[in-house]
Amino acid sequence: MAASTPSKQLLSVTLRVWRQAGPQEPGRFVDYPAAGVSPDMSFLELLDMVNDGLTKTGGEPIAFAHDCREGICGTCSCTINGKPHGPGKGIATCQLYLRSFADGDTIVVEPFRARAFPLVKDLVTDRAAFDQIQQAGGFISVRTGAAPDANTLPVPKADADLAMDAAACIGCGACVAACKNASAMLFVAAKVSHLGLLPQGQPERDRRVLAMVQTMDAAGFGNCTNQYECSAVCPKLISQDFIARLNRDYLTATVRAAFRPTSAGGGGAG
Amino acid sequence: MAKLDSKIPSGPLADKWRRHKADIRLVNPANKRKYEVIVVGAGLAGSSAAATLAELGYRVKCFVFHDSPRRAHSIAAQGGINAAKNYQNDGDSVHRLFYDTLKGGDYRAREANVHRLAEVSVNIIDQCVAQGVPFAREYGGLLANRSFGGAQVSRTFYARGQTGQQLLLGAYSALSRTVGAGLVELHTHSEMLDLVVVGGHAKGVIIRHLITGEITRHSADAVILATGGYGNVFNLSTYARQSNATAIWRAYKRGACLANPCYTQIHPTCIPVSGEHQSKLTLMSESLRNDGRIWVPKKKEDAKKSPNDIPEADRDYFLERIYPSFGNLCPRDVASRAAKRMCDEGRGAGESGLGVYLDFSDAIRRLGESGVRERYGNLFDIYHEITAESAYRTPMRIYPAVHYTMGGLWVDYNLMSNLPGLFVLGEANFSDHGANRLGASALMQGLADGYFVIPYTIGDYLAQQPPSSRPGPDSAEFRQAEENVTAMTRRFLASPGKEPVSHFHKRLGKLMWEYCGMARTRQGLETALQKIPALREEFWASVRVPGSADTLNQSLEQAGRVADFIELGELLCRDALMREESCGGHFREEHQHPDGECRRDDANFAHVAAWEYQGEGRTPLRNTEPLNYEFTKMSVRSYK
Ligand SMILES: Cc1cc2nc3c(=O)[nH]c(=O)nc-3n(C[C@H](O)[C@H](O)[C@H](O)COP(=O)(O)OP(=O)(O)OC[C@H]3O[C@@H](n4cnc5c(N)ncnc54)[C@H](O)[C@@H]3O)c2cc1C
Ligand code: FES
Repeated sequence: MAASTPSKQLLSVTLRVWRQAGPQEPGRFVDYPAAGVSPDMSFLELLDMVNDGLTKTGGEPIAFAHDCREGICGTCSCTINGKPHGPGKGIATCQLYLRSFADGDTIVVEPFRARAFPLVKDLVTDRAAFDQIQQAGGFISVRTGAAPDANTLPVPKADADLAMDAAACIGCGACVAACKNASAMLFVAAKVSHLGLLPQGQPERDRRVLAMVQTMDAAGFGNCTNQYECSAVCPKLISQDFIARLNRDYLTATVRAAFRPTSAGGGGAG
Repeated sequence: MAKLDSKIPSGPLADKWRRHKADIRLVNPANKRKYEVIVVGAGLAGSSAAATLAELGYRVKCFVFHDSPRRAHSIAAQGGINAAKNYQNDGDSVHRLFYDTLKGGDYRAREANVHRLAEVSVNIIDQCVAQGVPFAREYGGLLANRSFGGAQVSRTFYARGQTGQQLLLGAYSALSRTVGAGLVELHTHSEMLDLVVVGGHAKGVIIRHLITGEITRHSADAVILATGGYGNVFNLSTYARQSNATAIWRAYKRGACLANPCYTQIHPTCIPVSGEHQSKLTLMSESLRNDGRIWVPKKKEDAKKSPNDIPEADRDYFLERIYPSFGNLCPRDVASRAAKRMCDEGRGAGESGLGVYLDFSDAIRRLGESGVRERYGNLFDIYHEITAESAYRTPMRIYPAVHYTMGGLWVDYNLMSNLPGLFVLGEANFSDHGANRLGASALMQGLADGYFVIPYTIGDYLAQQPPSSRPGPDSAEFRQAEENVTAMTRRFLASPGKEPVSHFHKRLGKLMWEYCGMARTRQGLETALQKIPALREEFWASVRVPGSADTLNQSLEQAGRVADFIELGELLCRDALMREESCGGHFREEHQHPDGECRRDDANFAHVAAWEYQGEGRTPLRNTEPLNYEFTKMSVRSYK
């Protein structure tokens, strides 16, 4: 945390916010001073407050994405003082509180910037590319009603726990925004590892990793050059070790595909 | 007057669903692809339904206002999902889950629906595990369980404190697979703003694209709403900020009955309100009550003291005291009201006096700090982020908050509303939880509806509709519905007022919480019924909605949702006023036993109240569906 303001002492801060009416419009920073801010206020509540003020005085409120406001839906997505989700560790934007800032601070707020996340308006970007990657292979093909009894397939606790560590990803895209190459490797690695670590995920393991990586590349995400800014900003602190696992899986699948052709197509639901 | 035929199959309780499945009409595989089904919503209920219907061969269009199906509010569920697997060998069974759920709902749900829910609960776990949902496991590799309120067995399956996330990601993966295979047409950023009814049947929807503002008409052979609950009518709640009632409210205005809106759930363990700026309340999962003990000081003078300075002898573990057999694990409505009573007595904790302690010191002594961290670490972290306090050192301070709505659109046993062709799943319907929902049962119901009920029951309706008989989107009804939507948008943007939408949402929320919250009275409800229409007028006269209709405009989105909440709030209070009894989450102070427990009135209120819209400015009609208990005795619910 950058600073820690004791409860009760009200703050004055300036929000320096990226305003851009649409993808084709020019964008610029605009300053919004905010006084009498409680340190118990969340960062998004401060945006609410600024927006109410703008509405009352005839301005247009700042567009920003949010929903659950408790760090699980992955909707909120601001780069704050140059860091996706701001100064905290292991939190999303909505879990940042004003007590992390000091009186008089200027707080710079921008959207998640990446080629594969085109800007929609102000602080909102379009992260549909993540869904496309999932649609290509981020699943286990199992028809409803066809499943065997859940306890017929024991899963060692350690594997289940590790799969859960990977599955905790909230799909916010901070990893991409933090990476100088705008790579989506941590996101894809988390998904591939979650399913690949479980016995249920084995039949489609090769096909999954090939299809997902292919779609990731096609969506315009960059390459991973092992800087691991991604893990550092991840609100769920997903480990970079999963990237190594993804690389291994991808390599194995590619080699195996060379000898035993594996379709990279996403189908199989028919 | 709406016709409310519950279509409950005859025969013994345990055979009803099996027999119904055998008797129901089917659509043959070649014909399935001639039917188009619209699914609005992709939370647990919507994703599971869309994926399964597509697998069966129906052509499915799925609409969500979110930017991705994975963001639905289901993602936030923490604690777990119930299923009658009896893996713990502790005496659980389908019958026991059925009985607990029915009793937990204070005997205000249908027996047949609840029994079916308990039956399919076991298939849900199988399905989810096969999809790769990483449920918690024991060292032997088998699935682990925990206990939830209102049950004396351990039947709750969980994935750390993120069960909803993992179940939704499972359903989302099934949906993604069908989208990738071209079987489901997925429309994100797409908000349903009206239901189109043609010849008395639901045949389509009007959608606004939230980024381009484009309005489109979509026709289908059947429409499924799986749009979640309406708890944000209280403004402050544990719901995601964007959760709203627009889909069900607009369907209500098109003739679908809204059942039991006054059955709202107040969850006992949430982080208390800290100030005016607050935009949401955060739940601390019920699972914490497995190991945490709830108390307040015995003496009022101690209320402002630091909890660690209050000796053991001066603490009142009031749930353990009042409800010895269920203790800290009594149902939510019971626990919430007990906490309120303690605070009303002046023994509430913290500055505001609106709080009770949830204390883990015994658990830490028993399991060690690391043991507690293993079970609840992420919840303790959330608590710390919000309050800047460590629950390993001082007890958590918690207070009840709005959390779930048992009421919703009326549906029959087939999950079809009184409007033929309109189906309603998940929290958006009223079907299974009666007047109070037990913990870990919403996820169960959402997935039961989507994976295992609708795929059968929709066939019964579609088989009676000639293939490709759906009207085209150019018909008069579609044009009129679209005009309806654009007129409302124009009216908002032209409003000459100055106040932001949030101003009215906050005021509505305060009214609802004060007059229609944990304890309700005739006088309070009558006051609310005066104040809400006045608020509605003021809203339309003085709201300001900046921006335009053809871009992303979050103020415009909010304006439509709050307009609907204001109207729904009024109906909720009316329903609460008319239900002259206390049951589950609906507590009327006039109707209580001397010990403060709910006094139900089975002679006069053993029925569902299904409200029917009568047009603007007219009092809606209160239809009733009697609840006939054939197999269970409606007894006084006791957890003592
Ligand atoms: C904090 C929290 C914790 C919880 N924990 C538990 C738990 O541990 N166990 C349990 O059983 N239950 C729990 N619940 C309850 C449970 O999560 C919900 O009841 C359940 O997930 C609702 O699922 P759903 O599919 O009905 O709706 P939702 O998940 O709310 O999904 C609604 C969907 O509808 C879409 N939608 C809504 N309106 C429109 C519209 N007009 N146009 C287009 N799309 C629309 C949305 O985009 C979304 O996709 C919890 C609830 C909360 C608030
Ligand atoms: S708003 Fe859901 S993660 Fe931040």
